[in-house]
Amino acid sequence: MTWSATARGAHQPDNTAFTQQRLPAWQPLLSASIALPLFFCAGLAFIGLGLGLFYSSNGIKELEYDYTGNPGTGNCSACALADQYRAPPLRCSCAWYFSLPELFPGPVYLYYELTNFYQNNRRYSVSRDDTQLSGLPSALRHPANECAPYQRRASGLPIAPCGAIANSLFNDSFSLWHQRQPGGPYVEVPLDRTGIAWWTDCHVKFRNPPLVNGSLALAFHGTAPPPNWPRPVYELSPDPNNTGFINQDFVVWMRTAALPTFRKLYARIRQGNYSTGLPRGSYIVNITYNYPVRAFGGHKLIVFSNISWMGGKNPFLGIAYLVVGSLCILMGFVMLVVYIRYQDQNDEDEDEE
Amino acid sequence: MSLVESQSEDRQSEEQVRYLQANGRELNSKFGYPNNTIKTSRYSVLNFLPLNLFEQFQRLANAYFLILLFLQLIPQISSLAWYTTVIPLMVVLSVTAVKDAIDDMVKWLPGPLADMLLLSSSEPCGLTYIETAELDGPKITEPGLLPLHFSSGKVRCESPNNKLDKFTGILTYKGKNYTLDHDKLLLRGCIIRNTDWCYGLVIYTGPDTKLMQNCGKSTFKRTHMDRLLNILVLWIFLFLGSMCFILAIGHGIWENKKGYYFQDFLPWKEHVSSSVVSAVLIFWSYFIILNTMVPISLYVSVEIIRWGNSYYINWDRKMFYAPKNTPAQARTTTLNEELGQVKYVFSDKTGTLTQNIMVFNKCSINGIFYGGVYDKKGRRVEVSEETEKVDFSYNKLADPKFSFYDKTLVEAVKKGDCSVHLFFLSLSLCHTVMSEEKVEGKLIYQAQSPDEGALVTAARNFGFVFRSRTSEMITVVEMGETKVYQLLAILDFNNVRKRMSVIVRTPEDRVMLFCKGADTILSQLLHPSCRSLRDVTMEHLDDFAIEGLRTLMVAYRELDNAFFQAWSKKHSVACLSLENREDKMSDVYEEMEKDLMLLGATAIEDKLQDGVPETITTLNKAKIKMWVLTGDKQETAVNIAYACNIFGDEMDGMFIVEGKNDETVRQELRYRWENFHTFLGNLKCGCVLVLQAYALEGNLELELLRTACMCKGVICCRMTPLQKAQVVELVKRYKKVVTLAIGDGANDVSMIKAAHIGVGISGQEGMQAMLNSDYTFSQFHCLRRLLLVHGRWSYNRMCKFLSYFFYKNFAFTLVHFWYAFFSGFSAQTVYDTWFITFYNLVYTSLPVLGLSLFDQDVNETWSLRFPELYDPGQHNLYFNKKEFVKCLVHGIYSSLVLFFIPMGTIHNSVRSDGKEISDYQSFSLIVQTALLCVVTMQIALDTTYWTMISHIFTWGSLGFYFCILFFLYSDGLCLMFPDVFQFLGKAMNTLNLPQMWLIIVLIVVLCILPMIGYQFLKPLFWPIMDRIHLCMRHSLSPPTRTKLKHASSRRSAYAFSHKQGFGALITSGKAMKDKVFKRNSSPFKK
Repeated sequence: MTWSATARGAHQPDNTAFTQQRLPAWQPLLSASIALPLFFCAGLAFIGLGLGLFYSSNGIKELEYDYTGNPGTGNCSACALADQYRAPPLRCSCAWYFSLPELFPGPVYLYYELTNFYQNNRRYSVSRDDTQLSGLPSALRHPANECAPYQRRASGLPIAPCGAIANSLFNDSFSLWHQRQPGGPYVEVPLDRTGIAWWTDCHVKFRNPPLVNGSLALAFHGTAPPPNWPRPVYELSPDPNNTGFINQDFVVWMRTAALPTFRKLYARIRQGNYSTGLPRGSYIVNITYNYPVRAFGGHKLIVFSNISWMGGKNPFLGIAYLVVGSLCILMGFVMLVVYIRYQDQNDEDEDEE
Repeated sequence: MSLVESQSEDRQSEEQVRYLQANGRELNSKFGYPNNTIKTSRYSVLNFLPLNLFEQFQRLANAYFLILLFLQLIPQISSLAWYTTVIPLMVVLSVTAVKDAIDDMVKWLPGPLADMLLLSSSEPCGLTYIETAELDGPKITEPGLLPLHFSSGKVRCESPNNKLDKFTGILTYKGKNYTLDHDKLLLRGCIIRNTDWCYGLVIYTGPDTKLMQNCGKSTFKRTHMDRLLNILVLWIFLFLGSMCFILAIGHGIWENKKGYYFQDFLPWKEHVSSSVVSAVLIFWSYFIILNTMVPISLYVSVEIIRWGNSYYINWDRKMFYAPKNTPAQARTTTLNEELGQVKYVFSDKTGTLTQNIMVFNKCSINGIFYGGVYDKKGRRVEVSEETEKVDFSYNKLADPKFSFYDKTLVEAVKKGDCSVHLFFLSLSLCHTVMSEEKVEGKLIYQAQSPDEGALVTAARNFGFVFRSRTSEMITVVEMGETKVYQLLAILDFNNVRKRMSVIVRTPEDRVMLFCKGADTILSQLLHPSCRSLRDVTMEHLDDFAIEGLRTLMVAYRELDNAFFQAWSKKHSVACLSLENREDKMSDVYEEMEKDLMLLGATAIEDKLQDGVPETITTLNKAKIKMWVLTGDKQETAVNIAYACNIFGDEMDGMFIVEGKNDETVRQELRYRWENFHTFLGNLKCGCVLVLQAYALEGNLELELLRTACMCKGVICCRMTPLQKAQVVELVKRYKKVVTLAIGDGANDVSMIKAAHIGVGISGQEGMQAMLNSDYTFSQFHCLRRLLLVHGRWSYNRMCKFLSYFFYKNFAFTLVHFWYAFFSGFSAQTVYDTWFITFYNLVYTSLPVLGLSLFDQDVNETWSLRFPELYDPGQHNLYFNKKEFVKCLVHGIYSSLVLFFIPMGTIHNSVRSDGKEISDYQSFSLIVQTALLCVVTMQIALDTTYWTMISHIFTWGSLGFYFCILFFLYSDGLCLMFPDVFQFLGKAMNTLNLPQMWLIIVLIVVLCILPMIGYQFLKPLFWPIMDRIHLCMRHSLSPPTRTKLKHASSRRSAYAFSHKQGFGALITSGKAMKDKVFKRNSSPFKK
């Protein structure tokens, strides 16, 4: 049994912690002293957090009105009847009257809500051309295939903005009128229609094509608006900073919703006397009723809401935290009982031994 | 199978017989034999890519993803961007390709030699000792002594095959035919000893050589886990199909009820005429989306894990055997986790349990016992380091490594005791050992069996030095005086005769026969005058047997010259007879070997390998059943079994089945079986069954198995290699357990191939077992580490990996299913396409790889100390169909939480600045971030061994996700490719929402806390987990192992070498001329 030192080294594996699987390691162990307190602490923390969330959500006021106009539900039914058939509908107006007995604290936001509207349908949500919307002139005249059948008009003109999402742009409009005293004059409440979209959307993601001779209309020359649109995209708003692809209503609409019931921000009420909220009195919302939803059983709602630190009213998170917190504590007790009984049993076993 | 092999097989099917001519370049080139370059690698630089890709796409999983890719190219169906499948597929293919390339590069390449026919050598008498150490053990051969420059010689021989011990051919030279057999073939990889030069005719080259023909693995072994995985993947497919079906039906209904009326805003596609058509298309769309249920990276990850864990085996210093400079080696990288599930170990005996090193230990000469060691007071003592060795300095030719402790024997030799001299003379003459003397006085013996080597070495040290031999002479230096004995005949050893004799003419012109053999046989052949001596010697033999020594009796007979001449003639006739030659020969031999005068008996120690009893005790504790399959006879096997602790102290039952025919064996087995039930009851584990090969011959498989599996150990004696394999097959067939076969010799190959795992001991008997094995190492005791440490870890890691892997993909994929109910079953994905692309490849791959390469629940010391921890693997408790269903349920639960909590939270929800957050992109981001947090926490919970690397992998992956997020959603990238990266500004707008973090905390707690509870409660109800926890708690201070006491060895007599000897060859200098046929001595024909 002789062997030389060099030969020994030839095939001998390296003596490192890695190869010998001796890497220093931390081996945590789930013992009762960790698991049980964890359950109780988590439970208590969740209940506390849940209460906070629940109350902050509850403190938020919401006022909503379904103006779909199903027969016998207010004065929008006339418009709804007219819209029984296919788009484009007639220009029709209706109104929603309501009164506030006390101040609706501000800042107040005005939303429209659609139900049963599947913006998240895959075919719908891919039917857009982000390159076109980013203002690339070449893409403007060559909309992506995903936009079909809203890629080109029958005349062959490219549609800008193309696709089903753009074509189905929500086009009802609202104005809000306030009567301070009964019998007094109705004053229009200023609605701030800017700042309703994400900053990144209307400043980075959506861009108008470069102006041609200083005119946006010329930039869109050679394109056609989507079939449902009564006017071209560059006429969405008279404000040059809010028209074309960067029109905020349009940008908000293009950010498709995750669920078939969704709200989108229409306006903020934050100017003049209304910056602290809506004072008490009677109000009228004048609605230009254009958008057909009854065909697919959808509803249109108008919603006033104010905001807390957590955002809008949604009690779900608060309740969920309360439920989970309680469950944690319950499970903690169950585990404690099981553990104690097991310990006793073990002690008995040891005694027997 | 590699291309090279298949090519050569194709050619083989055509080539039945091989013709070739010496120096006949023209003739030989017609046949297109391969040249002598060996390509053990599968690929070359050029063909690597196409060949490797072709092989990879033959795998079902890869082909499936290729089909998916084509599905995605159909615009009506495509629901995911093409790159979500292409990128993972590319990564998987390239990882596998790299692994294949590395595997291919480390292939072992032997030296440049071909199989050739030995024609002549430097040795005058033509004996050449060939050490084919790497292949089939040593042999001595004798070349045909043909002229060197023969050019008309033609050879007709068999086509290339992988049988090392078989070669037939005919050499035609000058009109004469010479029969060729495997003894004349020098194999590639062999070493020629005591020969300066030799001439040969190359027969097989390159890939045709026997070595290369043996290299290819004939069977591809698959683990139980592979089979389980295939079944599970099938289940997943069915599950996937049914989900797609449900969703397609849902889609049909939706399109009918809602989509139809929604056409104002979303018209149906051109080719879609009805909701049914749409539903059919959506079935495939969902098939694409939900494909992550069958994760593409599953198979490649499994391979990587096994590969890594195999390297740990190669790297293990505790399995490195310094004296031979051999590390353990995992030759197969696909069986690791099976090492943690072994239930039956089938072991060879010689060379596996024992060292196959024989040491001359004691002897009895003329009724006097030599070899005991006594102290000054005359008490018997054990041999230790300090025991004084006998001084052999008087003998210049003594072997310095030989040690002996009894001085009385040397004194007897020096005194000139006649019987002692005759005893050693007979030992130095009666053998088939070859000697080599390169330096004057430094003899090296080449012995076929280690027993013989030990005896000749002993004789050499006591002054009877066997110096050299030719086919007719044996030169012996007797007490410094050189004498030449004329070798008249060798009566060779075989397993029936169990003895060998030589007949020599002494320098004094006496004809003497020296014989050695098994005591049972030889004692019958003695001259009646030695009866009293025989009785004394038999007593000594019994003593030897009790000590477990291998014994031989030595005797001689002085022959009358005339008698010998007469016998010699008979012998020649018998040699030449064509029918029943063997029987006739043994009749002739018997005539000679009688009336022998007893000289004495030798006792040789067959040393056990280090740590064998401890290893077997540990394996027994791990409830691994040990079966010893040996070709030896029963007594030897039983005694080795005692020495190895297969019979523990507590085991009281040893049942020997001795029946010689079906009926008796059946009765015995039945009796045992009933015994187990009536008397022993719960003691059944304490028994060992000893079987003879006969028991296997009949139609008794089930009865045998039923009884044998009740026992803790089984010893099967007298097994042929084929029977060994049959036993393994038998257990494999009727028991759904993992079997492991361990052996070192060519006769173990079939068993090694048959078992689920084959382990080769790279030792004395050549490399054939090793070449066919899946794991090799030098020492039997490494088996303990291989199974209890590496096997257990590999199994645990694989199980953790699989559980986690399935879970994470279920949790990931099933969210799409729930979303379908809220998105009009439109095959809308929940996540952003980049997340789908990277989820398995980038975000979650490293943590799970880290887990499955570094995790260890208890360290190696505890694994070895508590072999009980091995138990769960044997019953496959950590990953089975039930565990898989648990993963599925867990995944479904997680996906429900992952979908509905964000959904409830963002429903009609707005931010603190009044802008809505219920848009699709925010929802995606929330769900995917929550998912990643959940799976990261889950793996953190599963990890029990947190190395630095685990920390980096686990938390790094999560951190990396956020970095990637900011990169993928960055302005620049999105503006460059607005269509591909649509999530501009997402990270910025959503990650600062309190809702988002509240959702994540809630989801993580909902998904993880129940698992913490489960993990906390599990050990309370499952004791083995409790034990593991106990070990983990004390992982720093395992108590020092008390050394196992060496069980008293009780072994009995044993006779001789296992193989038929070379006698015929040695004497063939003259015998060859008359002999046309010579029988192959095959180690397989025991």
